[in-house]
Amino acid sequence: MASSIRVRATASGETTEVQALIQHPMDSGFVKDAKGELIPAHFITQLTFEHDGKKVFAADWGGGVSKDPYVKFSFKGAKKGDELKIGWIDNKGATDTTTAKIQ
Amino acid sequence: MKLRSAICLTSAALALAVLTFAGTLPSSATDKIDPVADAKAFQKFFTDKFPKVKFEDFVNGPYSMNEDLHRQWQEKEQFPPYEFSLEMGKEMFSKPFKNGTSYEDCFPNKGIGIRQNYPYFDEKEGKVITLELALNRCREANGEPPFSYVKDEMAALTAYMAFTSRGKPMDIKIPNDPRALEAFQNGKEYFYTRRGQLNFSCATCHVQSPGERIRAEILAPALGIMNAMPIYRSEWSGMGTTSRRFTTCNSQIRAVPLNPQDDEYRNVEYYLSYVSNGLPISGPGARP
Amino acid sequence: MRNKMFKSALALALLAAGATSALTAGSEEDFKAAYAAAESANKEAGKLRNQWTTTASTLAAAKKAADAGEFDKATASAKEAEALAKASIFQATSEKTRWKEMEIR
Repeated sequence: MASSIRVRATASGETTEVQALIQHPMDSGFVKDAKGELIPAHFITQLTFEHDGKKVFAADWGGGVSKDPYVKFSFKGAKKGDELKIGWIDNKGATDTTTAKIQ
Repeated sequence: MKLRSAICLTSAALALAVLTFAGTLPSSATDKIDPVADAKAFQKFFTDKFPKVKFEDFVNGPYSMNEDLHRQWQEKEQFPPYEFSLEMGKEMFSKPFKNGTSYEDCFPNKGIGIRQNYPYFDEKEGKVITLELALNRCREANGEPPFSYVKDEMAALTAYMAFTSRGKPMDIKIPNDPRALEAFQNGKEYFYTRRGQLNFSCATCHVQSPGERIRAEILAPALGIMNAMPIYRSEWSGMGTTSRRFTTCNSQIRAVPLNPQDDEYRNVEYYLSYVSNGLPISGPGARP
Repeated sequence: MRNKMFKSALALALLAAGATSALTAGSEEDFKAAYAAAESANKEAGKLRNQWTTTASTLAAAKKAADAGEFDKATASAKEAEALAKASIFQATSEKTRWKEMEIR
């Protein structure tokens, strides 16, 4: 099954720029469906990016983040060919991880 | 004597009425429908109003109107929010129907790279056929239930088809058929007619105020506005069809929307697409 | 003396009660008439394919007030709905020619 995480990491000098698009409903728990019933909260609570065993980006999210979140950030200390490990866990305990090569 | 004066009075009144009537009608040499002239005037209006915008850029709506938005949008296009819907559309398009046929059997060139030809005027039926309508007809002809015109499935399908036409110039044809010309004219009339309690026409926002704000949104120019359809709107957290955009625009100005794919909507799509002929297909688009 | 006053007070109270019930009963009739007129105008607007969302919501509010027995409020809403519907009819008919003023030429 395809990963929910799409990621693109490009190294330019000593800075690596990372973009990620994650497929997730990110339901806040406050929205009602067509029948008038609350759609239960279902969102990513933690998102981490690791390089060389170290966390380079960590996010603690709540229901305020919209559906299919997009993340972009830069960090130093990596080079082309290195691996980036991405993982998330949501409020239902589901997880997904993926790795990407820095280009 | 009395009769003569009565006749005089009547003819005078008639003359006055005719004059007044003639006075209120806009002076047009003939009432001939001329789509070519209309398209030329339409395009000139926008290129004159926004001389710094590159012609092809008009299809990018609000991004062509605001530099900061343009920059943010270009970054996002590297990783567009519509990717998931586009993938879903591709999957749906290639999956055969229960009877073994598939969408590619309904469309020229197997449905690939043809979006720029829609809508077209069907001379047998005497009506405008849009891409959404054609897709549902394909489904129904093959024993499948039609999709809602305003939900995700139709949006995903049209997104995929638009994507296969990216970059191709809009190429709408108006056959030399009085019914086609009438459909074009009706579409034009719909576009400029004010409606809803807010008394807005499509033109109020997209001809009079492109680049300006309506609440927090920056308005797109009408030129090229169909080229980006369907659009992934952040506001909708998802991909939305042309039908969805037309009906929601109506309700936002407090006009009760018509039914998706009603004649008025098909005709206004025909008009708007035709006057943007030559501009590239940029769909599916991403919008705020 | 007191008896007389009491009697007239009672009479007055009865009169007032009678008058109020007459008023309320009158209001329901008024409401029905106003609502029918509003609905008919909105139907006209529908034929012209130019109804307003606010006409529908005002009609709904009128009906809701009537169901709760608040006929004065209901009649007022129904009259407002009729005015909205009539305005939408005027808009549709005048725009038949006025749209050309907005056209790019």
